[in-house]
Amino acid sequence: MSLNRREFLGATAALTTAGALLPSATLAADSIKLGSILDTSGIFDAYGKPMDQALRLAIGEINAGGGLLGREVDVLSYDTQSDMALYSQYAQKLTRQDQVDVVHGGILSASREAIRQTMRKSKTLYFYNVQYEGGVCDRNIFVTGVTPSQQVEVLVPYAMKKSGPKVHILAADYNYGQITARWIQKFVEENGGEVVATDFFPLDVSDFGSTITKIQQTAPDLVVAPLVGGAHLSFFRQWAAAGMKDKIALASTTMGVGNEHKVLTPEEGNGIMVAYNYSQELDTPENRAFKEKWEAAYGDTSAIHELAVSTYQGIMLWAEGVKKAGTVDRMPVIEALETGISIVGPAGNIAIDPQTHHATLDVHVMEVENQGMTVMETFNQVAPVDTQQVCNLQENPDDNTQYEIQI
Amino acid sequence: MDLSFVILVEMLYAIATLVLISAGLAVVFGMMKVINLAHGEFMMMGGYATITAVGLGVNVFVAMLIIAPIVVGLIGLVVERLVIRHLYGRLVDTMLATWGLSLVFIGLATMIFGNTTTGISTPISGFAVGRYQINGYNFFIIVVAIVLVIAMLAVLKGTRLGLIARGTMQRSEMAAALGYSPDRIYMATFFCGSALSGLAGAILAPLVGLVPTSGGAYIAKAFITVIAGGPSLIAGLVSSATSFGVVSQVFTFAISPVIGDVALLIAAVVLLRAMPQGITSRFFRGKL
Repeated sequence: MSLNRREFLGATAALTTAGALLPSATLAADSIKLGSILDTSGIFDAYGKPMDQALRLAIGEINAGGGLLGREVDVLSYDTQSDMALYSQYAQKLTRQDQVDVVHGGILSASREAIRQTMRKSKTLYFYNVQYEGGVCDRNIFVTGVTPSQQVEVLVPYAMKKSGPKVHILAADYNYGQITARWIQKFVEENGGEVVATDFFPLDVSDFGSTITKIQQTAPDLVVAPLVGGAHLSFFRQWAAAGMKDKIALASTTMGVGNEHKVLTPEEGNGIMVAYNYSQELDTPENRAFKEKWEAAYGDTSAIHELAVSTYQGIMLWAEGVKKAGTVDRMPVIEALETGISIVGPAGNIAIDPQTHHATLDVHVMEVENQGMTVMETFNQVAPVDTQQVCNLQENPDDNTQYEIQI
Repeated sequence: MDLSFVILVEMLYAIATLVLISAGLAVVFGMMKVINLAHGEFMMMGGYATITAVGLGVNVFVAMLIIAPIVVGLIGLVVERLVIRHLYGRLVDTMLATWGLSLVFIGLATMIFGNTTTGISTPISGFAVGRYQINGYNFFIIVVAIVLVIAMLAVLKGTRLGLIARGTMQRSEMAAALGYSPDRIYMATFFCGSALSGLAGAILAPLVGLVPTSGGAYIAKAFITVIAGGPSLIAGLVSSATSFGVVSQVFTFAISPVIGDVALLIAAVVLLRAMPQGITSRFFRGKL
């Protein structure tokens, strides 16, 4: 058989078009459509890529088990390339053109706020599976990540018990850092301590030499550092380089979210205290099974981080809600989730708090040890008390604000 | 007493850092009048060269002081041959071209090293001064900056090569008439400027978490320092680095690091208003 290039190209083009059209035509009728909107390239890809992998792992698992309500779940994903402008664009596409049943995604708070109203207006259920500053009050959104109070409430007493009552706070200078610093101050005072100083740093500050000297002037027992991003990672390095590591204890609410503790050497990282929902070192059957599945799918578990697990748990919670509601329609699913539905995920039991649509979950206080996180103490079912202070969706279901929580 | 010593060291360290990050730009912009907006990316590549070399088992000081400058110098050489040499004397065009280059370098670094933070740990340990701990690496940076300034001075003033380079930058036709090839000299000078940027990136690498976009953090400070320095290369560099280092550290210690940075920028504005041609247009005139 002879085939010239033109015929060959024509045939392949026809084949690919047919291939692309057929399954979606059949799927559209009876599959459930899940929209995903994440930065899987660009400067936030260290967060977004594992989240995307976790999302696909969860959906793969659901489909392998026969889907939801006997229907296959189809993922429609968009890469926002770490560009906030693309969020609103793709959110429109997901809600208008694709008309998905649920959207999971968003990483930075800015990206969440860029798409939250679009989801609400188009009546598309939205899951935000990221640790953030708290305070979002909207019946259309569910948040499965930890909020500052959940971390700080357990981290501060633990760290103060290990070190002493005088605390110096170093925080990133934007809403997450500002709000977290306030929570740290509150819990330090509640535990009989004193905040000797609070310093805020813009995200591009990478020289902490003078700060380290200043910390020694205030002579605290403990430094709590909700610092964010690559430039701020320098602090942990310079802190160790100055030989401060064994003199003053150090705790953080952010170090390790993007697996930063694997960038620091053991000498630099060891002993830093953190508090998260998830640690790769958690020794539970669920986590072991999760890691095995991850390894089978992607070969290497080292990329798994807090946000990836939150995403996985977010999908599973939504699936549980759909099963309970018996439909993917938005209101019945919201009502089903509001019954306080819970699952046991890789990070432990996680339940939806009906009042705030945030998650009540286990928080583990951990210490960095040889580029891993060793669980020191586990606090079961910590409620999102910060958001609970300002948000009550049961009394006020039409609320649609992100509150700045005053303490 | 201990505190004043520590603050003094921090101040010297701030000045040394400014000298380091601006030295390469002082050569490329100050001498050659090429607005190199990719200066920060040259530094970033110096950092990655160091980290890669250390990862391959090279001694960290060899990696920082020898490998990184050579690697970045060679990259600079290629850039000069392909792009910059067509643009000498066209100030605004160099700006556009080097801005494009900076985007290319960020993209390439992202492709090769990924967009995650990397780094190496500091090779010199900290030590105590009375009640205070000091980062021992600060002294290393101060020493490198001093050696660098002396070396630049020695080369530019003491050697025939330096004389030829300076002469060519001032009157390239005259240099050509005397039998020197301006093309070659420009190439060599750009190589040196790039190598200096690479060195700065390498030396700062152990202090920071490096990402492909790290260069952006240095570029503004480097330009401010070089422009405020004025026409004299080394006297300008040292005098403006000293003024800005002192101002920013005084405010950093008195108030906060953010105010320190703000004070640096305000000082730059005031300085340029008072002396639009830079510090060395009024003081240290005629010095190198």
